[in-house]
Amino acid sequence: MSNKTDISVNVNGREYTRHVSPRVSLADFIRHDLGLTGTHVGCEHGVCGACVVKLDGKIVRSCLTLAVQTDGHAIETIEGLSESGEISDMQEIFHKRNALQCGYCTPGILLTAAELLEKTATPDREEIREFLSGNLCRCTGYEAIIDAVEETARERQDGK
Amino acid sequence: MANDTDLTDYIGHSVPRANTLALLNGRGQFVDDISLPGMLHVCFVRSPYSHARILEIDKQDALQSPGVVAVVTGKELLAYCEPWRAELTHLPPMQTALQYAMPPERVCYQGEPVVAVVAESRALAEDAAELVEIDWEELANVASIEEAMQSEGPRVHPEMDTNLAWSMELEQGELDKQFSAADVIVEQEFYVDRQTGVTLEPRGIIANYNSADGQLLLHHSTQVPHIQRAVYSKQLGIKESKLRIICPDLGGGFGLKLHIYSDEISTAALSVMLNRPLKFIADRLESFLSDIHARGHIVKAKMALTEAGNITALQLEDVAGGGAYLIHPRTSTIEPLLVGVCTPLAYDIEHYKANVSLVYQNKVPTAQYRGVGMPVASLVMEGMMDAAARKMQIDKAEIRKVNLRADDAYPCKSVTGETLEGLSQHESLDRLLEMCAYPQLREEQQKLREQGIYRGIGLVTVVEGTSPSPALYAAGGAPISSRDACTLRLESDGSIACITSLTEQGQGAYAIINQIVADTIGVKMDEVDILMGDTKATPFGGGTWASRGTSIAGEAALLSANAMKEKILDAVSQLADAPAEQLYIKNGKVIEIETEKVVLTLEELGRITHYRTMEFPQGFDPELVVTNHYSQRDHMMLYANCAMCLTLDVDINTGQVKLDQIWVVEDCGKVINPMLVDEQIRGGVVQGIGSALFEECIYDEDAQLRNGTLADYLVPMAGEMPDIKIAHVETPTLVTELGAKGCGEAGIISICAAIMNGINDALEPLGDVSLTSQPFTPEKILKAIGKI
Amino acid sequence: MKPYDFSYTRATSLSHLYDLFDEYGDGLKILAGGQSLITTLNMRLSSPEMLVDINDLSEISSISLTDNIVSVGALVRHAEIQESNDIKQHVPLLKLAIEHVAHAAIRNRGTHGGSIAFADPAAEIPACVLALNATLVLASREGERRIAGSDFFKDLYDTELRENEIIVAIEYPIAKKNTVSAFREFTRRKGDFATAGLALNGELDGKVLQSLSLVFFGVANTPVLARQVADLIVGEPITPSLIEKAQNELANEIEVIGDLYSSEEMKLHLSKHFLKQALEELQV
Repeated sequence: MSNKTDISVNVNGREYTRHVSPRVSLADFIRHDLGLTGTHVGCEHGVCGACVVKLDGKIVRSCLTLAVQTDGHAIETIEGLSESGEISDMQEIFHKRNALQCGYCTPGILLTAAELLEKTATPDREEIREFLSGNLCRCTGYEAIIDAVEETARERQDGK
Repeated sequence: MANDTDLTDYIGHSVPRANTLALLNGRGQFVDDISLPGMLHVCFVRSPYSHARILEIDKQDALQSPGVVAVVTGKELLAYCEPWRAELTHLPPMQTALQYAMPPERVCYQGEPVVAVVAESRALAEDAAELVEIDWEELANVASIEEAMQSEGPRVHPEMDTNLAWSMELEQGELDKQFSAADVIVEQEFYVDRQTGVTLEPRGIIANYNSADGQLLLHHSTQVPHIQRAVYSKQLGIKESKLRIICPDLGGGFGLKLHIYSDEISTAALSVMLNRPLKFIADRLESFLSDIHARGHIVKAKMALTEAGNITALQLEDVAGGGAYLIHPRTSTIEPLLVGVCTPLAYDIEHYKANVSLVYQNKVPTAQYRGVGMPVASLVMEGMMDAAARKMQIDKAEIRKVNLRADDAYPCKSVTGETLEGLSQHESLDRLLEMCAYPQLREEQQKLREQGIYRGIGLVTVVEGTSPSPALYAAGGAPISSRDACTLRLESDGSIACITSLTEQGQGAYAIINQIVADTIGVKMDEVDILMGDTKATPFGGGTWASRGTSIAGEAALLSANAMKEKILDAVSQLADAPAEQLYIKNGKVIEIETEKVVLTLEELGRITHYRTMEFPQGFDPELVVTNHYSQRDHMMLYANCAMCLTLDVDINTGQVKLDQIWVVEDCGKVINPMLVDEQIRGGVVQGIGSALFEECIYDEDAQLRNGTLADYLVPMAGEMPDIKIAHVETPTLVTELGAKGCGEAGIISICAAIMNGINDALEPLGDVSLTSQPFTPEKILKAIGKI
Repeated sequence: MKPYDFSYTRATSLSHLYDLFDEYGDGLKILAGGQSLITTLNMRLSSPEMLVDINDLSEISSISLTDNIVSVGALVRHAEIQESNDIKQHVPLLKLAIEHVAHAAIRNRGTHGGSIAFADPAAEIPACVLALNATLVLASREGERRIAGSDFFKDLYDTELRENEIIVAIEYPIAKKNTVSAFREFTRRKGDFATAGLALNGELDGKVLQSLSLVFFGVANTPVLARQVADLIVGEPITPSLIEKAQNELANEIEVIGDLYSSEEMKLHLSKHFLKQALEELQV
């Protein structure tokens, strides 16, 4: 279509140039154009948090961001964060604590929790609940997730 | 586990689930993550009306739209998909309507798909769908349960004389006599609104028909691949042997992904019609319109008691709103059926009568969703218990103790004919009251009341039906297997391939089977490689529903593991100069009991079995593959029990309910993985908090859904949810060797009633306040206490 | 659901934006944070011909402080407001309110000007604009015009903003020593839009309010300034009987509209409750 444009986006440290239609969401772009399917789509109206990615270092809803808007910007997804190892401690604790069931919300939860711990080294349970209050998990009832984030924070403090 | 690195003692331990690692790294694979070469996308034109006749469909403009490959109407799809009638013949007769993949003439609910558009992308399909012109004749609709029950007025299905889909009467004992002799009679009416499942991963399917070999491959987000295959096979006219269903990772099920959905089966039929791979993923907006809804009840209950608080009789009348069709293949009748059967189960009640029924409405069908009828049953029963306690000024724990059967009374039959076995209700309740320090809670409540804080304590003791026998569904002719199976195979590297008919939806099925097999054979869990969710590869089985995975598929795994162990020892005894009885397996090594010497490792056995068969004696060919099936046929269900207490505060100025603490004691028989059981309970509790406080499908008088977005339909988020303390009483069922019952639904069955009771308990100082209409919203609370 | 097709371009300057206004007229929509707009696109509730992304306009994306004004650029994100010391110190009501706005990922993206332009009647920021009597700076090819917050919100999602205009800044008067603020809202869940809420700003001398703005939101088609109620309170010592009188006057003054979840009785009840709570808080 004539309104398609070329964009260059840095995703997980790698430059991608693609020809996209403006109406394609960042979520659909990274999932279907780039094949990074770890980012999930749960509602497409910005409520569930399953599609959270990092845009220029800050978490955003990729369903409420257009792919064309990210031209010249940097995106990080769960795949990038996993590969770099920067949240491997949290992933390990989520695994051990069973802080996920179906796993559909998990990438969004991990990215959101990671930002919380960047901002607040030792959040209390209420702060963790507050910060994660925009991420829907239909399976766990949240307690295990709160436990796992709390423990990650504690271990990071102890490790210092 | 002890430090002994040879230990493979997994059953009963909180072992993490190996299959979460991919999910945690963004490497899970859900249906929408899969793309096939040449794949096209389907979207549906859905009815904007709750009841209307299709007069004419003009698809010319849509066909001209860019990227469009086909635009198909219900009439055109008829040749590829037979309509069906959902029915179970072992229950009282059902008045059932013909349902089409896409109706050719008349729609019965808003959101019913009527035209399919196939295009190169979802966006292009949606563009074209807007260009399909349909002439409608709007028909009179039936919205509420009350309207549906009227003898005059519109019918959902004009060929029927009434909107009554099904009814059943259960009666035992002498009801009238008991009511006339009663010291106290309590009456209440309960209303339970419709809600929906909201799996975070929406429904989805990729259908790939290949006319060259006549094979249809479905990648399908379903809990029950074999059951789906049977129904799809019948409706599409494709032999089961030519139809393969693969379940990739499943983003939540909760019963929602058990049913036949028009859009999904249409996608499969369209793939056959067009001979192309097609993807359909429901978006969130169409999920609200087309996923099954659940609940929707009006229940009237009446209970007789003696002065001492003993229940002498219970009577109830339940009308459930079924929506437009009986869901296929399970039917929507099981929800009210279980209200009738399960309401009196927890207590020793001898005289009982229930009239339960299901009515048609011009709304999306209601069907099995986590708890199936039982959350309503407990809402009614536990609500009646608290109403009686209030009326009679008896403590709420006390009235329950008076009416629970003694823990040594089992096995016994309930008044509704159910066999109850291995329940521990007194022990569980005692444990609960100790855990929450119940007397202190009451003291604290008194103090808080003096400070103007409306603290409530909600207490319930419930029974949870799990692990059904074929008597529940298959006896009525439905292709619903209550059997499961496990195949084990020794591989050439000595690992065990484990192929189970159970499916994973996040509850931990993979880990449970992994633990049972590894522990029983005596190998490390990572030496057991699990495959599930592929009809072409796994043995036949029921899949995941009704809290049956651990108890039924787990039992099959145990049987297979025991058999495998025997086969391994037998094969090793052929190689070594030792009888099988003198051997055992420890951490993948076969050891001689007497000498503690390693005779052979499984790795060596694998190699010899698959390559160096000459090492076996002539005439012995090792067959290190076993399959065992299991189906629970002793009782209609294996009943577990659960006691729950919670504290909450009601803000009488805003009506807001703040949950404070929740305690649970559960007896689900043998616990295979305590962590996973606890997480099933927590997940169920929080879903039930949604039911109790937030979730309702709001319809207007034209049966139009008003809150069909995730912003408007409120589900529980992390901000409001309390932590939950859980303990267990373990009474293994005697029905199986494993001893496990189910545990997935206890949370949701208990919590709704506990919250209702907690709110009414909190409001007691304000006089005779009784909220019985779920969800218990701030506005309903403010109205009940006269603030607005 | 996927959006209708549209074209997209990035405005490189305000004057570039004005060119685009001329070219596309009412077919143009400004894309700022996109947290409401893209939702409506994703539901096909809106079908612009041209989406103009203004996120590169750095000249309207900062917070600045002058002698008596804190000027918030239209592109300032909610998260920046939340973390700004200037806001905390000089516009305390806004700081109280921003804690209630949505969730972390939305706050990273959603913009101050966007929230005001979208004018959701249940949103927090428009209520603050009214309560603080902020001045909106609207710019177009013709130049800038300033409009009082109290004149800006016309009806449901409808404002004084013209087709060829953009909000560039919001000017908040700096809080004085005797400025008092209170913010209350009722939501079913953390971060949801309000069922009803109150933003209060005033000047308190001793036990008497010398000036007062009371804005109720989530209760009508726009945030509502309750002038008569405020007049009743100003200059009078805050007593239980005054509070009761104010509550009664509130019922007369504001016309509450119910919504999907809450009746007008519920919303009025909550509004009266918050009024009482906020005034009692000032009493202490």
